[in-house]
Amino acid sequence: MAIGETTATGSVPTTQMSGREATAAAERRSVRKRWLLVSPALAIIGLVGIMPLAIIAVYSFLSPGPYAGISWDPTLEAWLNVFMERDIFDETLGINYAHASIVTRSFVLAFVTMILALIVGFPTAYFIATRPDKQRYLWLFIISLPFWSNLLVRTFAMMLVLRDNGYINSSLIYLNVIEKPLEIIFTNTAVGIGLTYAYLPLMVMPLYASMEKLDFRLIEAGYDLYGNRWKVLWRIVIPLVRPGIIAGCILVFIPAIGAYVTPKLLGGGKNLMVGNLIANQFGTSRDWPLGSAISLFLMLMVMVALIIYVRNVISEADKNA
Amino acid sequence: MRLTSLIAAGVGLVFAAGQATAGELHFYNWGNYTDPKVLEKFTAETGIDITLDGYDSNDMMLAKVKAGGSGYDLAVPSGFMVKIMTDEGLIQKAGVNQMANFKNVEDQWVDVYFDPGREYSVPWQWGSTGISLNTKYYDGPKSDSWALVFDPPEELKNRINMVSEMSDVIAAGLFYLGLPQCNGNKADLKKLNDMLQSAKEDWRTIDYGIVEKMTSEDVYASHNWNGASMRARRVIPEIKYIYPKEGLNAWMDNVVLLSDAKNVDEAKVFMNFLMAPENAGMISSFAGYANAIKGSAEFMNPDMAEAPEIVGYEGAGKPEFIPPCTQEVQAMYTKIWNNLLK
Amino acid sequence: MPDTVALPPRSRPFDVRYMPGFTSMAWLCLIGLYAPLLIMAFFSFNESRSVTTFTDFSFRWYQIAADNAGVKDATILSLKLAALSTVFATIAATMAGLATTRTRSFKGQAFVFAVINQPLMIPEIVTAVGTLTFFGIIKQVTGIQSFGFLVLAHTVFCIPFAYMPIRARLEDMDLTFEHVAADLYASPWKAFRYVTFPMMLPGIIAGAMLAFVISLDDVIISLLVAGAGETTLPVWMIGQLRRGLTPEVNAISTVLLGVTIIFVSFFFFLTFRKRK
Repeated sequence: MAIGETTATGSVPTTQMSGREATAAAERRSVRKRWLLVSPALAIIGLVGIMPLAIIAVYSFLSPGPYAGISWDPTLEAWLNVFMERDIFDETLGINYAHASIVTRSFVLAFVTMILALIVGFPTAYFIATRPDKQRYLWLFIISLPFWSNLLVRTFAMMLVLRDNGYINSSLIYLNVIEKPLEIIFTNTAVGIGLTYAYLPLMVMPLYASMEKLDFRLIEAGYDLYGNRWKVLWRIVIPLVRPGIIAGCILVFIPAIGAYVTPKLLGGGKNLMVGNLIANQFGTSRDWPLGSAISLFLMLMVMVALIIYVRNVISEADKNA
Repeated sequence: MRLTSLIAAGVGLVFAAGQATAGELHFYNWGNYTDPKVLEKFTAETGIDITLDGYDSNDMMLAKVKAGGSGYDLAVPSGFMVKIMTDEGLIQKAGVNQMANFKNVEDQWVDVYFDPGREYSVPWQWGSTGISLNTKYYDGPKSDSWALVFDPPEELKNRINMVSEMSDVIAAGLFYLGLPQCNGNKADLKKLNDMLQSAKEDWRTIDYGIVEKMTSEDVYASHNWNGASMRARRVIPEIKYIYPKEGLNAWMDNVVLLSDAKNVDEAKVFMNFLMAPENAGMISSFAGYANAIKGSAEFMNPDMAEAPEIVGYEGAGKPEFIPPCTQEVQAMYTKIWNNLLK
Repeated sequence: MPDTVALPPRSRPFDVRYMPGFTSMAWLCLIGLYAPLLIMAFFSFNESRSVTTFTDFSFRWYQIAADNAGVKDATILSLKLAALSTVFATIAATMAGLATTRTRSFKGQAFVFAVINQPLMIPEIVTAVGTLTFFGIIKQVTGIQSFGFLVLAHTVFCIPFAYMPIRARLEDMDLTFEHVAADLYASPWKAFRYVTFPMMLPGIIAGAMLAFVISLDDVIISLLVAGAGETTLPVWMIGQLRRGLTPEVNAISTVLLGVTIIFVSFFFFLTFRKRK
């Protein structure tokens, strides 16, 4: 049919042309239409999103300026400093353990956050998806409501709970469970809790979106086959909601690894994550090229992690199917 | 299509809306450092609208100004930062010493190392960086020394905060070790580096928001600025400001005119306004620091006149102003600081 | 062979809605999400500064907060910024969504996806610093100072967030309706306006809401890219968090929370009323 390749917005009366010509013309038109439609998004992001990246990339090959900014002396020193460091006093080169530990901490925290969000979010999404229709929207509303409040408000509320004279400690002391306050705040744990708290709704929503489309008759059929809820979960439900799981995990992992505000507030300046490390370079540490190099390095690692993850999850699911 | 022209108009409107109009001024200052009433008074007296935005470190302010097109007319760098900005061409001469109220500036503050004769800057406030100690938790023998933060007693371990400013921390470290300031001697610096690294174990945080941390008792002692300490004492009376006996550094924040300022005339009016005693007094009362203007004392809060944070006490260490060091020394300091912050 | 397999007796009739532990987890999640916020709201009415002992009911902190002119300006600015960014981002995302879904793969598809999702892939601090520099150069060269720069920066990261629900919704809609419209001689524009657009609407709304919230929440990009007089609400709050007056921030946060609840409730009500 001559109209075969139309996009949602185009179809062409073909009374004047031959069949093949009409198809080709329609196709050219639809291709043009497609690129036209996509152009604002591409233009905005392309210019304002990608140009800064290019600048950062260029900076990573320059030298730090005397007090801030850069000086136009190309060098690979910044990239070297991402992985190695020169001892301040005897100029020997050694592995930059501090950077390594910060990057590791960031990955671990982001990963733990993702897993925690999954553990808490999956049952929650499933629960909501299995409520009767009317209740469902109410539940969705209630669960997503905290998300609409400002991130800072939520992080700040979490600080109130976690600090030395905060809610958890005061309650535990009151109940005589402990004598001295637990030092929760300003540790890795606090940052992990804070991150999970901040990004949990980002896990629940895509999961729910996937689960809403679940055909529950399949699950019932599965139960008839396996007789065991957990098997049904593992063999049937999870593969069916795989897109939701992937989306949720990505939406939690990536912001978590680049987080700045949460570790700054809850980490107190000693438990740096990569986002803080980078920010320091542009501020108090006055090494813009190093900050740029670390940024690019982080981006590359995130992309690699993403590719590995998506490939693994896809192949895993294919094996099980 | 109608839609696209509508969008184009909208975009144009948004961009056009921001053009500078006469009679306005953009002020960039440290957070929580400017009394809003002072700004209202200025607008009432001169009719110039003034906006205020905040930063929490010299470096962040420098980064934004250096990136260009910040839109600010005035900023408030610390002394050493004034010198840096002058060298980098980021600020312009404002002819401060020609202004009407210049006669009010106390004589000792006219010729400062970062701006001899006051061409560029108007003094805003000055103070010292010592230690805030919550004496509820410790009041023992180390209470008059930097040892509180560099070699802390048991009670304070993991309850200490340090300021996140390189110059303050390094200066304090050098004072503690009894080494000269602006030190380029590698052996000395190695001692400093090792001492800082081992002291870091006992620090809980290296962050701003010090008043908040002290009043919520997340930390019991902190490297702190004297005015902030006074504000903390208003909430918890047991908080004492320590002038360590080994010495401590003093600093002065100054208002400067940025090179790419769009409202130069209005800025100069404001700079002049700041040197009037009643305004300086208001400014000081808000944040709790001394200023450099004669006759402002009568306009300040009465509790400031005798506050130990401002006037000192028996046996207090002497605050000294430390000029910025040479580039090589600065570079070494930066390395030590980065080493610490990691 | 028997025709039926003997099944183990079921302990209880199978109800697909019930998974052991899931209900408790959901409730835990709910409590965990709300507890800190409720505590904060509760103690904002506290006479004393403490967050653990409730001494007396008082509006004290609210009165102090009301005097604070900074919060009003910052809130209005944030709302303006979020509204503008959302409008631009949603329009761009809708157009992009229409172009990239429900077609067979086309040349440059991966490229388009990569570009559209690029803001999501990068830590915000990187974008913030790069954008600061980029805009700085432009501002120096052209001398334009404008709110538009901040709007532009926000639009960039709002687009991928708006795009996701729109795309998801579009993928659920097949082309049958549009083909029917074409068969009835509707022009492409009419088909869009009367068929596609109304069907897409929930996705567009979801995308717009997501973009709005993301813009409202943004801290680090607003902190660095904002020009003079463009202090947004989160930036203002960070400045306040540095102060010692915690309870005042409590009060302000509670008010913000309340406003959000009202706004979102209204929206949800509106949207889901339509569905029934």
